Amino acid sequence: MTNQNLTDSEMRDARFAALAEAPFVRAGSSAGRFGASVSALRDVLSQREMLGLLVRRDLKARYKDSALGFVWSLVRPLTQLVIYYVVIGRFLGAANGTPDFAVYVFTGLTVFTLFNEIVSGGTSSIVGNAGLIKKIYLPREIFPLASVGSALFNFLIQFTILVVFTIVIGKIPIHPGLVFLIPSFLLIVVMATAFGILLSALNVYLRDIQYLVEVGMMLLMWASPIVYPWSFVQKALGNGLLLDIYTDNPITLAVLGFQKAMWVSGEDLPSPEWLMPRILIAIVVGLVMLVGFQRVFARLQGNFAQEL
Amino acid sequence: MTTAMTSSTSASAVPAGVGPEIIVIDDVTKRFVVRKDNSLKERLVSFGRGRKHREDFWALKGVTAHIAAGTTVGLIGHNGSGKSTLLKVIGGILDPSSGTVSRRGRVAALLELGAGFHPDLTGRENVFLNASILGLSRQETEERFDDIVAFSGIAEFIDTQVKFYSSGMYVRLAFAVAVHTDPDILLVDEILAVGDEAFQRKCLDKIRSFQEQGRTIILVTHSSSQVTELCDWVILLDKGEVRYEGEPNAGVALLRENLEERRKAEGDHSDAVMGRGAILGTRVFPAGGAPGDPVVPGSDLVVEVDFEHYDGMDEWIAAIQIDNTAGQAVYGTNTKRVAVDLEPLRAPRTVRFLMKDVRFGTGQYFVNASLLDFASRHIADHPQAASFQVPYYEPAVGTLYAEPEIVDLGERAPVQAD
Repeated sequence: MTNQNLTDSEMRDARFAALAEAPFVRAGSSAGRFGASVSALRDVLSQREMLGLLVRRDLKARYKDSALGFVWSLVRPLTQLVIYYVVIGRFLGAANGTPDFAVYVFTGLTVFTLFNEIVSGGTSSIVGNAGLIKKIYLPREIFPLASVGSALFNFLIQFTILVVFTIVIGKIPIHPGLVFLIPSFLLIVVMATAFGILLSALNVYLRDIQYLVEVGMMLLMWASPIVYPWSFVQKALGNGLLLDIYTDNPITLAVLGFQKAMWVSGEDLPSPEWLMPRILIAIVVGLVMLVGFQRVFARLQGNFAQEL
Repeated sequence: MTTAMTSSTSASAVPAGVGPEIIVIDDVTKRFVVRKDNSLKERLVSFGRGRKHREDFWALKGVTAHIAAGTTVGLIGHNGSGKSTLLKVIGGILDPSSGTVSRRGRVAALLELGAGFHPDLTGRENVFLNASILGLSRQETEERFDDIVAFSGIAEFIDTQVKFYSSGMYVRLAFAVAVHTDPDILLVDEILAVGDEAFQRKCLDKIRSFQEQGRTIILVTHSSSQVTELCDWVILLDKGEVRYEGEPNAGVALLRENLEERRKAEGDHSDAVMGRGAILGTRVFPAGGAPGDPVVPGSDLVVEVDFEHYDGMDEWIAAIQIDNTAGQAVYGTNTKRVAVDLEPLRAPRTVRFLMKDVRFGTGQYFVNASLLDFASRHIADHPQAASFQVPYYEPAVGTLYAEPEIVDLGERAPVQAD
């Protein structure tokens, strides 16, 4: 510290001089003001160090006293993989005509788990940090964003396993389809963050939201081609409007994009037309939603401290 | 930031020695809506009759105040007067329903020590997290980490998870982090009464050096002595409105009056059996003088109190207590201690207390009179029933009078090493 050698009164004079120069700032959140989203973004960026600490806190605290620690975050998706592979793939025969069904399922699950964790974690983030929000002012967007951070960390582990898996079975995903990887990833993160922010605020006022999210997640998981191939849906719905509605679900688009990128054996199998433009449009829509939902969040957050 | 105001004008109007304006509270109103339904089902069921399930509660009504940098402001008021709400509005934790709070400089809010401590993380991890929440960068925290640990005095437990801490260790670490964050404005809510006596002293010392360094402190407290000791300005809130703003002693006295009124108002309805007595009058004067005469040290003090009980009491206690202006009791006695036998209280009676050779320090003192039953339950109280003045005495301050004699004994001889 540079001011360590100053006497108290010198510090006081320096402080007063600095304060007299400083502009007045309105206390509280920035709801309803021009450029609010921009200033909210700036607030969050200026706190990115703390964002990192909050993410680390969540991750560390989650498995602090368990012997296996982070291994547990892998047990759930791997168990799911085994169940879906054996039951859906083998017993119900979805694996017939779908080469490397295990890779197929695990790719879909990895994407969906990311979405699920961001949205579910985000939804409960404000209520879960009630103690902090009631006592200290921080840009509140930090809390749903911290859930995004810890979800991304888990995604990274799962994705690494997926890559290792493809290498082990000799289907290394280095092929033209890889261009779908980044857009699909962006799509899922943008969409999930938008909903995470919106639902975190709504959940403060109506705690039913977190239970609704649980149910919604189950529906969404089965509404995307994760454990069954897209061609089954095409067969059932035909090539009409219904199929387009099914396909244009942003999670479905992201899952299909990921499968294009990571699932080499599926290159020649049927997949929707115009997949890349659809994904790009969905990203733009997602960004618009993100801004809109942030505004809703900003409007609602003024009463967080008293509603919690 | 978008509504930054250029108000260099306000700074120039401030007298020397006092800093520029740091917080401007402008006509702040806060309304809470009290809802009685909280789940979707309840809300759907009561949808048609919406308004019936909500109630408005005005925690703050048109509060306006200007606070200059470097002052220590006490927010006082009884429970529910809105002082904690005001503190939260200043801290930006609650948004006002109308009006604005503008401020400048770095703010640290200590509304609860260790808010944001995670029980599963170690002390070290929590220090970094908490410091970051209070606005320090990682590098700044690293620079101050040793100071923080030294101040908390729990160095040997710093790598233990905080869930294994005693509550004392917890608050010590939390306070240590908070005071090392270099704030311009420190908001403090009822947290100075933590830890053991030695640590409390350390905290108060830290607060004082904060004052010396020109930091602005806003303090919510119920302790009148803390207000008169630490603050140089008070804002007295009553039912969300500013009742008084100014010098601390007067504010504390007003709060006391206010509390007394409330107590009386409540007492009228309840406690009818216990409260069937009254103190009819209290007089205080130096022996041989009249009420209002100054009480010089060394004189005898007389207090006469008239008691009455509507049903009659066979055994009773008459008691008095003398407080200084800060509300600290400096003297008390009663008929039970002195083992005086009182006749049954059937008709109004007067009791005379004579205190010999009193030596109070300079200032004003208040006499409180009480009528108690024999189990020491209060039948009737009359706080600040009378008062007396002790003349100004230049050589000393405090509640005790004693003539000081000071001698310079010269240079100290060097200590011989063994």
